[in-house]
Amino acid sequence: MSSVTITREIDARGSYCPGPLMELIRGLKTAAEGEVIAVISSDPGSKTDIPLWVEKSGNELLTVEPLADGAARFIVRKHLRK
Amino acid sequence: MRVQVAIVGGGVGGTLIANRLRHLLHGDARHETNITVYDAHGIHTYQPGWLYVPFARQDPEKLLRPEARLLQQGITLLSGHAGNVQRILPAEKRLLTADGELHGFDYLVLATGSRNAPEDVPGFAEGADHFYSEEASRRLQEKLAHFAGGRIITGVASVPYRCPPAPLEFTFMLEADLRERGLREQTELHYVFPINRPFPIQPVSDFVAPLLEERGITVHTFFNVEAIDPARRIVSSMEGEELPYDLLVLAPPHKGQDVIAASGLGDRDGWIPTDRATLRVKGYEEANIFAVGDATDLPVSKSGSAAHYQGHVVAETIAADVQHRPLQHQYHGRVACFLETGHGQATFLWFDYEHPPKPPKPRRLWHLEKAALNTFYWQLIPPARI
Repeated sequence: MSSVTITREIDARGSYCPGPLMELIRGLKTAAEGEVIAVISSDPGSKTDIPLWVEKSGNELLTVEPLADGAARFIVRKHLRK
Repeated sequence: MRVQVAIVGGGVGGTLIANRLRHLLHGDARHETNITVYDAHGIHTYQPGWLYVPFARQDPEKLLRPEARLLQQGITLLSGHAGNVQRILPAEKRLLTADGELHGFDYLVLATGSRNAPEDVPGFAEGADHFYSEEASRRLQEKLAHFAGGRIITGVASVPYRCPPAPLEFTFMLEADLRERGLREQTELHYVFPINRPFPIQPVSDFVAPLLEERGITVHTFFNVEAIDPARRIVSSMEGEELPYDLLVLAPPHKGQDVIAASGLGDRDGWIPTDRATLRVKGYEEANIFAVGDATDLPVSKSGSAAHYQGHVVAETIAADVQHRPLQHQYHGRVACFLETGHGQATFLWFDYEHPPKPPKPRRLWHLEKAALNTFYWQLIPPARI
């Protein structure tokens, strides 16, 4: 992960509506090809929702880091659909 | 020396803060504090009412009140050019208005809301309808009145958008309306949503999904609108799906107001980076600059309810500071709202950063409470009675 620069981090802990996945989509929407965004979620559902969407939308999940408070940090690279 | 409190925006947040702050100031503090609301239009709109306009159940004129009538005596309202803030100069603690005047402030509240940004999705302006403005909801009323059957797609074009339940509520109301008009048999209904369930909150999705199925509404999840082709009448998603339509009703893309971007205060979409607890604008924590409501980048619903709870926090914090007993009040992420599920029923959502929503099963009671709020909004929320 040392070569990855995260250009934007969204703290979506405690976000139930619109929720962490919507926050990630919002962040990626304005990102450029190759840009890396992080979203922090305390919602256990994110562990399935986020990887599912990232795959379906053609983006790339680089890593999921567990945090001390039980939340997780999802690091995603933007890819434009060809 | 007089204290200047500048509030930019006369929506739910701005109006409530002005009135609540005036109420919280006593004695000399009240006499020595100028509260000024800057609002170019000078008209306050109850936006949740637009949902009912396409079905001709709400007169849009009745959703408007002059802002001046909602503000307590002693609060200054600047409207027209004088209230049209062109630049916010946080380092100088001044605002520039369209009449060329510079206004100094000691405390600044940015309650500028959001704007519809149809230009963000190619083809949206020509190919889609919505109910997120008076004009658009009137236009949709006309289209629905002349609709004789076909394929309707409802849902969300892009995130974030105002009032997350509204597209789902619209879909349920549309289904009931078509049934009443004898058009349901001739109409195919489809609902598109950005994530993998029909509503962000799982327990709500759990009871909404069977209702959608029961009413013959096909749900397309993981559908983030990328483009609309008005000539071919096709909407396509970032995820690679294409759907044909006869009528397309989507929550439009949203952005922060231009003045935020022009003043260099917003992120790429013009949302103001805001501390999730103190509601102070990030980067200006010591400058007494706050942001509330839709204008912020907070991970909570863009809704009047969020602005309402945030407004109380900001008013209390400023009132404490002005009266030399500084105390930073905290926003805990509170939002409360109703979700109509059609057939005269609704559920109630209440949550904050620490407490997930536990929505009760849809009942008539919640529908009646929502109707009561729509009626008594003017007496309750802008005057900060609750």
